[in-house]
Amino acid sequence: MTERNKYLIFLGCVIPYRVASYEVSARKVLQKFGIELVEMPDFNCCGLPMDPVDHEMMLIMSARNLAVAEQQSLNILTLCPGCSGTLRKVNNMLKEDKRLREVINTRLNEVGLEFKGSIEVKHLVRVLAEDLGLEKVKNSVVRPLVSLKVAEHNGCHFLRPKKIASFDDPEDPKILKSLVEASGATCLDYMDESECCGAPSVGINDKVPLQLTRDKLNHIKIVGAQALITICPFCHMMYDTNQGRIEKMFSENYCIPVLHYPQLLGLAMGFSPDELALSELRINVSRILCTHKST
Amino acid sequence: MTETTETGQKLVKSSEIDRKFKYEISKIPGGEKLLYCFQCGTCTSDCPIARFSETYRPRQIIRMTQLGLRKKVLSLDTLWLCASCFTCTDRCPQNVEVAKVIQVLRNLAAQQDYIPRVFKELGSSILETGYAYRITQLRIKRREDMGLPPLPKGNPERLTKILRKVRFRKFLEKKENLKK
Repeated sequence: MTERNKYLIFLGCVIPYRVASYEVSARKVLQKFGIELVEMPDFNCCGLPMDPVDHEMMLIMSARNLAVAEQQSLNILTLCPGCSGTLRKVNNMLKEDKRLREVINTRLNEVGLEFKGSIEVKHLVRVLAEDLGLEKVKNSVVRPLVSLKVAEHNGCHFLRPKKIASFDDPEDPKILKSLVEASGATCLDYMDESECCGAPSVGINDKVPLQLTRDKLNHIKIVGAQALITICPFCHMMYDTNQGRIEKMFSENYCIPVLHYPQLLGLAMGFSPDELALSELRINVSRILCTHKST
Repeated sequence: MTETTETGQKLVKSSEIDRKFKYEISKIPGGEKLLYCFQCGTCTSDCPIARFSETYRPRQIIRMTQLGLRKKVLSLDTLWLCASCFTCTDRCPQNVEVAKVIQVLRNLAAQQDYIPRVFKELGSSILETGYAYRITQLRIKRREDMGLPPLPKGNPERLTKILRKVRFRKFLEKKENLKK
């Protein structure tokens, strides 16, 4: 039996590589909710980056992580929707397709592992929305961010393909919005909000994806959002790390701070900016912190 | 040499057509519904990448595949531009898993060594460290300074063992392939 307040945390590759502030803030928030996190005993990439060139390689890499988690009898919690999307997909495939499972297990057996199909994989937001519930999230707020207006970006792999994500409505997502509003902030609608940030194409071509991000930033700016809230390390890099580059490239001016969702919630839960590693963000957040203090 | 018509359009020779190509793709998981596409263009019109690229058109890729233009489609640079956002897959009225068909085509292209450099870098980092990106000692030290637990160790030996028979691993281990 797997527990609901104890998870194996799967960090993925991008977070330890570049986006530590997401991990810092997520751990703080989850700990406060009494959710215990156990570290992966050994790790390999979820497999997503290899799917385009070798589907089988992705399957084996993903299955190995699932089998390791099964040995611990723990469900997996990920912070990256790419990881959760891939691990969920492979988990479903191997649960449903016995022949495929046999093929993959032949490989896993070589290192003493077996996929049995006994665990689940959830993204952080899903754990907050499903296991904890919106009410508990709301009740955790001690300093509501009432004067703050923000926009959210779900990212693709959290919602699509619908068949695998089976969570919110990808055409009109509401769950992240309600979690954002639980912090007391107002969450604004904007044009094409469930559209891709472009990140997955960055290694292939820089110009096209950055135009896409610019388009999104324009839509976010137009509605007057003071900050953007993300739940994906890749999306975060597009909006935060690359924002200056986009401004230069297209002669734009945004200065839109981009916070990881647990940073926003963490502020409302009473954590200090330092505890949430806000200074790690490329776009300075002090402007919105001042707004917050004056309330 | 490619022949052109009087109006400058490129002619496709029947010898360039592989009539079995569409059936081959239809048998690979993800490609099953390829033949259902009736070229409505929802995929292209809703594609965020197509909006900013002058050459990436998912509908065209699907049509070329249906027509059996194997070599042409597998050598397309634009095949690698898809962001796998799955908007096309979710919105296709014929339930064609467009992004997955593209993934299937990419896999076939990779088998013929059409592989963008980034995948070679990601792949060799995975085989050597378990992580897709090379995480420096400085990063690992900074984690500790930030109060984070030690980073889970990659296990390249175990990983290489279970990936022993995988095609792309064999490709990466030929050092000359990495330089291309």
